[in-house]
Amino acid sequence: MQITLKAVSRFYQVGEQTVHALDNVDLEINAGDYISIMGPSGSGKSSLLNIVGLLDRPNSGNYFFEDKNVTSLSEKQQAEVRQQKVGFVFQSFHLIPRLTAYQNIELPMLLSGIHPGERKQRVQAALANTDLEDRANHRPEQLSGGQRQRVAIARSTIMQPQILLADEPTGNLDRKSGNDVIELLERLNNNGITLIIVTHDPNLGKRARRKIRMEDGKVFTDSLNSVKT
Amino acid sequence: MRSTDVINFTWRSLAFARVRTALMLLAMSIGVASVIVLSALGEGARMYVVDQFSSLGTNMLIVLPGRTETVGGSPANFLGETPRDLTIDDANALYRSPHIKHVAPVVVGAAPVSHNGLEREAVVFGSSYEAQFVIETNVSRGKYLPKTSNRSATPVCIIGATIKQELFKNKNALGEWLRIGDRRFRVIGILSNQGMSGGMDVDETVVIPVVSAQAVFNSPSLFRILVSASNRDVLDKAKQDILRIIKQRHQNEEDITVISQDAILSTFDRILKTLTLSVAGIAAISLAVAGVLIMNVMLIAVSQRTTEIGLFKALGSPPKQIQMIFLFEAIFLSLLGAILGLILGYVGTYFISGLFEEIQFSTPWWANLSAVIVASLTGIVFGILPAKRAAKLDPVIALYGR
Repeated sequence: MQITLKAVSRFYQVGEQTVHALDNVDLEINAGDYISIMGPSGSGKSSLLNIVGLLDRPNSGNYFFEDKNVTSLSEKQQAEVRQQKVGFVFQSFHLIPRLTAYQNIELPMLLSGIHPGERKQRVQAALANTDLEDRANHRPEQLSGGQRQRVAIARSTIMQPQILLADEPTGNLDRKSGNDVIELLERLNNNGITLIIVTHDPNLGKRARRKIRMEDGKVFTDSLNSVKT
Repeated sequence: MRSTDVINFTWRSLAFARVRTALMLLAMSIGVASVIVLSALGEGARMYVVDQFSSLGTNMLIVLPGRTETVGGSPANFLGETPRDLTIDDANALYRSPHIKHVAPVVVGAAPVSHNGLEREAVVFGSSYEAQFVIETNVSRGKYLPKTSNRSATPVCIIGATIKQELFKNKNALGEWLRIGDRRFRVIGILSNQGMSGGMDVDETVVIPVVSAQAVFNSPSLFRILVSASNRDVLDKAKQDILRIIKQRHQNEEDITVISQDAILSTFDRILKTLTLSVAGIAAISLAVAGVLIMNVMLIAVSQRTTEIGLFKALGSPPKQIQMIFLFEAIFLSLLGAILGLILGYVGTYFISGLFEEIQFSTPWWANLSAVIVASLTGIVFGILPAKRAAKLDPVIALYGR
């Protein structure tokens, strides 16, 4: 099992109220799976994604990544796992405005200190994969939304992670470029990467092999076992 | 992260935020430049004074009438009663010491000097033949005082370059008569143009025999006695001898003060060094202000780049790395500012040197070094807080602004 969540809870203190973003969630995810997480706002979809991506820590429960308990790792060790194993795709792209498409894609390798020669090779390959070769030296402001998201995807996969977490990847895109982005993500999934997409869009959600619906911080339905809790 | 990548990355961030970078560089370079310029001014003044004193000759001792009873006493003590005047006989008696080579009794005063209806006020310096060996003196034409100057009132004088120009224009002055006060003197020499020496403008001086000067000013006492010792090493022995000889002659009372040029020089040297340091210290405050500005702007940069920091975290950048990136940016800025400041400081010093040609302005080495060190330290000290703040940001909050 690649990912195992055991009784994971995450709550926030908002004023005097405690908001349960995640309430005792148990979840197992296989390597190479394609999962959509849907549900109303505030149902805990993003919280789940952040915990799985090690951006956030649960208040209780345990998280096993590749059968290793990563809940209590230090911040530095968690950063290392993120760097090597996890890719993120965001709704608002989060490209660095002063860097070109090429430099944005190169950034993770820059941070991890990979040799410039290898960096060049990998960025070129990524640009070819995402059909952005002629946009390499454009800055984000000179790119369309779909192109920006493709740059972001190229960046998130440049370290060859095992899982790719996408939070509303098409939320800021029109239908056509949204489709391109989803096809790109699915192609990556076909090549073996575990893909988890958080989305509001039912059409998008239906395309996943495994569909999870969340409500009030709990897994409400899961197409894997089709059990209503 | 590779160091070349860090430099490239920092360079891109600084080049992107151009106004911000320019303002910080301006603040830092003004701070560094003011340290450079002000210490150059102080050091220039010090060198100027030291120079003035060394033109007086190196083995010189100055004998003053009166005695300072307490070190650092009130001015009244210093200038106050002089029970016995110094006389020419006192001066001649000093030759008894084996350590003394030359003795020059000195009378100084201001008197009107005239020739052919042209008159001006001049410094009259009464002394002896030996004076030229005690004080650095250059006679451009003619000769210096005769050897009898400390015995008889020979009516001869040596005039400074400015006096010559103003009273004689381009005519020949040698052999001409000159009136000083109500006495007449024949010009036997002209001093070469040498400007200030020992706080006196040599060019505006008229040198006459000391006995004549006593007559002109109608006073039997000496202003002081200048003594040159045989060499530097016996300066102290010479000083003891002077005190002993004069004491004998003054009914066993030690009523003179002997100061060596070294003592004066080191006092001035100390005073001006302190002055330079304090002025440079004040300038260093502007460096600290620049540091606070850098901190401020870096804090703003951290909050502006919050999502970028969140992204770095998502991409697996450990906190230490993020801290390093921001700290390096602050240090890079400070160093760049320091280098610009050095250039600015040297340009400023160059222009000031043009204004005061007499004084040589040069920035002491310690000012260059400390300005750059202080600048980079400010970068580190004031860069740490924003960098730490960046490193500590919660990735989820940084990314989603929640």
